[in-house]
Amino acid sequence: MAHYKLQINGKSVETDVEPDTPLLWVLRDHLGMVGTKYGCGIGQCGACTVHFNGNAVKSCSLPVSAVGTNKITTIEGLSEKGDHPLQLAWDEVDVPQCGYCQAGQIMTAAALLNKNPRPSGEEIDNAMNGNICRCGTYHRIHEAVVLASTKMK
Amino acid sequence: MQTNYTSSRRNFLKLTAAAGGGLMLGFTWSMKAMADSVDGLAPAGELTFNSYLAISPDDIITIYSPNPELGQNIKTSFPMIVADELDADWSKVKVVQAALDTKKYERQLTGGSGAVPHSWERLRKAGATARQMLMEAGAKRWNTSIDNVTTDNGFVVNKSNGQKLTYGALATDAAKGVVPADVKLKDRKDFKLIGKFVRGVDNKAMITGKPLFGLDFYREGMLYAMVVRPEAFGQKLKGFDATAAKAVPGIIDVVSFKNSVAVVGKSTWQVNKARKLLKIEYEIETPLESTPDHDKLFKDLLESKDATARRKDGDVEAAFKSAAKVIKAEYQCPFLSHSPMEPMNFFAHVKENSCELIGPSQTPDMARQETAKLLGIPPDNITLELTRLGGGFGRRLKADYVLEAVEVSRLMKAPVKVIWTREDDMTGGSYRPAVRYRFEAALDASNNLTGYRLRGVGINSGNPTREDNFPSGAVDNLLIESVEYKSPITTGAWRAPITNFLAFAEQSFLDEVAQIVGMDPVQFRLKLLDRAKQNPVGAIKYDIDRMKAVIQLAADKAGWGKKPNIAQGFSVYFSHRSYVAQVAEIEMKQNKPVLKKIYAAADCGVVINQSGSLQQVKGGIVDGLGHAMFGSLTFKNGVPEQNNFNNYRLIRMKEVPEVEVHFVDNGIDPTGLGEPALPPTGGAVANAYYKATGKRLHDQPFIRQEEMKGVTLGERM
Ligand code: FES
Ligand code: FES
Repeated sequence: MAHYKLQINGKSVETDVEPDTPLLWVLRDHLGMVGTKYGCGIGQCGACTVHFNGNAVKSCSLPVSAVGTNKITTIEGLSEKGDHPLQLAWDEVDVPQCGYCQAGQIMTAAALLNKNPRPSGEEIDNAMNGNICRCGTYHRIHEAVVLASTKMK
Repeated sequence: MQTNYTSSRRNFLKLTAAAGGGLMLGFTWSMKAMADSVDGLAPAGELTFNSYLAISPDDIITIYSPNPELGQNIKTSFPMIVADELDADWSKVKVVQAALDTKKYERQLTGGSGAVPHSWERLRKAGATARQMLMEAGAKRWNTSIDNVTTDNGFVVNKSNGQKLTYGALATDAAKGVVPADVKLKDRKDFKLIGKFVRGVDNKAMITGKPLFGLDFYREGMLYAMVVRPEAFGQKLKGFDATAAKAVPGIIDVVSFKNSVAVVGKSTWQVNKARKLLKIEYEIETPLESTPDHDKLFKDLLESKDATARRKDGDVEAAFKSAAKVIKAEYQCPFLSHSPMEPMNFFAHVKENSCELIGPSQTPDMARQETAKLLGIPPDNITLELTRLGGGFGRRLKADYVLEAVEVSRLMKAPVKVIWTREDDMTGGSYRPAVRYRFEAALDASNNLTGYRLRGVGINSGNPTREDNFPSGAVDNLLIESVEYKSPITTGAWRAPITNFLAFAEQSFLDEVAQIVGMDPVQFRLKLLDRAKQNPVGAIKYDIDRMKAVIQLAADKAGWGKKPNIAQGFSVYFSHRSYVAQVAEIEMKQNKPVLKKIYAAADCGVVINQSGSLQQVKGGIVDGLGHAMFGSLTFKNGVPEQNNFNNYRLIRMKEVPEVEVHFVDNGIDPTGLGEPALPPTGGAVANAYYKATGKRLHDQPFIRQEEMKGVTLGERM
C-alpha cells in the first residue's frame, strides 16, 4: 500500500492503494467515480479514457504510481454542469444506445477538440478509432463531434 | 396509499388515489395474465394491475418502465406511447426503472424484439384512459359536459371559455372517478410524440458519468469477487492451491463451487491480481474440441443419414432428378462472442431465508427462479433490482453469472459483486453457434426454379434453419432439414438468433441463382414473391406484400441498377416480425473495393421513436457488417483462442460506411426493431462484393477468406 495525492477534476484527493493499481480502478473502487468505464483492461476499447494534462489516455493501462501531480480530468469533471459542447451535442444527436462506451467516447473527443477545434472528418475518424462502440453508434458519435466543433469557443 | 378499486370491463386498469394527492393508474403489462384469467388459469383472486402511471399534484408524471434497458430504447419508447395518448407535457414525464415483479409485469425481459408489439395497445389505452378521467374531472369542476372539454399538452381545457387546469391540479379529483369501460384511441395523424425524434431519458446521466450500470453499483461493505472457470470446454475442476492468491493484500478468501474457484477481496484490482496466482488442476471430462475438428465435422453432418426434416413441399427428389441444371453452394459461420461493452457482473446478498439481487439482466425472472432453485427458498423471498445494461446481444438472457454471485455470497455470508474481466467474458462461454449450410437449387430447361434444398448443420445450434422463411412457399419442391451436434462448448441466443447468419447465406445463394438464370437479383426475388402470392406452395408465414414493399423502397432509394460505376448488392429478410431490405454499394478505388454506403428500407410498422428506430437500424447494420467482416471465435483443445479485443476484432469508426435508412409508412401496429436490421447486411455486402470483384464470399468472417486478401471493406480511402 502506498499513499497518493492525486489532482482529479481540479481537486486534490488522497487514497491508499497498491502502486500498480490502474488509475481506472482507483477512480472506480476507491474514489467512487464510476463514470470512467472498464471495457477491456488492455488499452483496446477506450471505455476508460480520461485526460492526463489534457491528453486522452487509457486509465486501465496507467498505474496510479505514474500519475504524480499531473492533472487528471474524468467525465465527471469535464464540465461543471454537464454542458460541455460535446455533452450537449451528445444529447442533441441522441448518441447513446446502451451508453456504456459513451463517457470514453466523449473524453477522447474532448481531447481532440482541445487541440484541434475544427477537425476534418478524417481527423475525427483517426482520433476516435481507438474507441469501440459495440452498439455501433459510430455515425452519431461522428455527427456529434462535428456539431460540437461548430460550437467550440 | 389508499386503493379505490374500480375495475373496468376491459379488466386491465386499476385506479388508485395516492395519499399525498394525485392519481395512480395501474395497468397490466401482461397479455398472458389477461389470457390466463380468461382461461381461468390465473391464481385465485384478482388480477394484479401494477405498472403505474402516476400524476402528482405538482404535475410530474411518473411512468414505470418494467423491461430491462440495454440500448433498445425501451425506457424512452414505452413512456412515449403512454404520454402521447395522455397528451402529457413530455418535459414533465419522469421514467423510473421498475424492479422485477412478476406479479406486476408480464414478459419483463428483453429479447426477440418483442416488447413493443407486446405492449403497444395497452400502453396506449392506459394513457388514453388517464386522459379521459382528467377530462371528466375537469368537466365536473367547470360544471360542463365532457364534450366541452379537451386537453392540450398537460392541461385540461374548457372549450367554451378557454379556461385551463393542469393535470396535476385535477389528478386528485380524477382519482375519485370511475375508470371508463372503453376509451377512444388517437388517430395516427394526431400523434405528437410517436414518430418524433425523442432523446433518451438516461442521456444526461450517461454523459455526465452517473452510476447507471451493474458494474457501477456499489454497496457499503460489499465484497468483490472474480470467478475462475475451467479454461477448456470439456474440463472439470480437480483441485486447487490458493496459498499464493490468499497472500495478496486485500484478499479475504478463496472459495469453490461446482467447477469454479472464486477469489474474494476488497477491490477489483486486488482480486484480479490474486486470481492469476491460483494454481488450479483440471481433468478432462469430455473430449476437447478444436476448430479444425468442427470443420471436418460439418462435412460429415452434411452427409448424415439422420437429418430432421423441417419442411417438405412437393417431391424434391424428383425435381432434382429431372433438373436441367443444379446449383449448389455451402456457407459457414464461426462461433461468436457477444461481447457487450459492459462485461457480465451481478450483485447478490444471500441472507438466512432470502436473497437480494441487483444488476443487469435480460431475463430477471429467470434469474430469480434459478436462484430460488439453487438456494431452495421461495422465489417470493428474492428481490431483483435491474440496473441499466451495458449491452446484451442475448448474452444476458442467461443467468449463469447471476448464480455465480449467489454462490459466492452464500459461501461468504456477505454481499458480493461478481465481476467478469473481458477475458472471462470472451472465454466464459455461451456463444453464437457455429453452423454450415448447403443450398441446392434445381432449374428446369427454361431456368425456372423447380426445386430447393437446404440442409443446416450446427454445433449446439438447435434448429439452424427457419424453414418457413422466404423462399419457402415460392418453390414447388422444397426440403429444409437440419442436423445438430452436441458439444461441450456452450452456446446461446445471439442478437437475431440463427437469422444473423442464415440470412447472409440464403440471400447470397439467391444471388448466385439469379446470376445463373440471368435475372436481375431484385427482379428475381420479386418474381418468386409473385409466384408465392398467386400460387402459394404450402403455408406462407411471412407477409408477401410487406416484403415486396421494402424491396421496392430500398431499390428506389438506392437507385438500383442506375449507377454504372458502383457495384450494388441486394438483400432482404423477414425476421423477428419485421422486414428489412438493404442495398450495399462498393466502389473500386485504386483497384481495391471500398464499401461506400448501405441503404436500408425497414418495415417495423408504426415507428415509435424516430431517434431510437434510426439508431436501431444503423447500429444493427454496423453490428451485422462488423461481425460478418471480422468476428470469429476459434478453439484449440477446448480453449477459446481469442480472449480480448486485441485478438477478437470488433468494427471501429473507420470501417463504417455511410448508412441511409428509410421506413415504410403503413400504419401497421409496431413489430419491433431490436434485431431485424442486422440479418440482411452480410448478404448485401457479399453480393456487392461479388458484383465488384467477381468473387463470392461463402464463409464468415470475410476477412479470413482467400477472396478478400488484403481488403478491409469499409476503410475509407
Ligand atoms: S478498458 Fe481501458 S482501453 Fe478498454
Ligand atoms: S452505446 Fe453501447 S457500446 Fe457504445
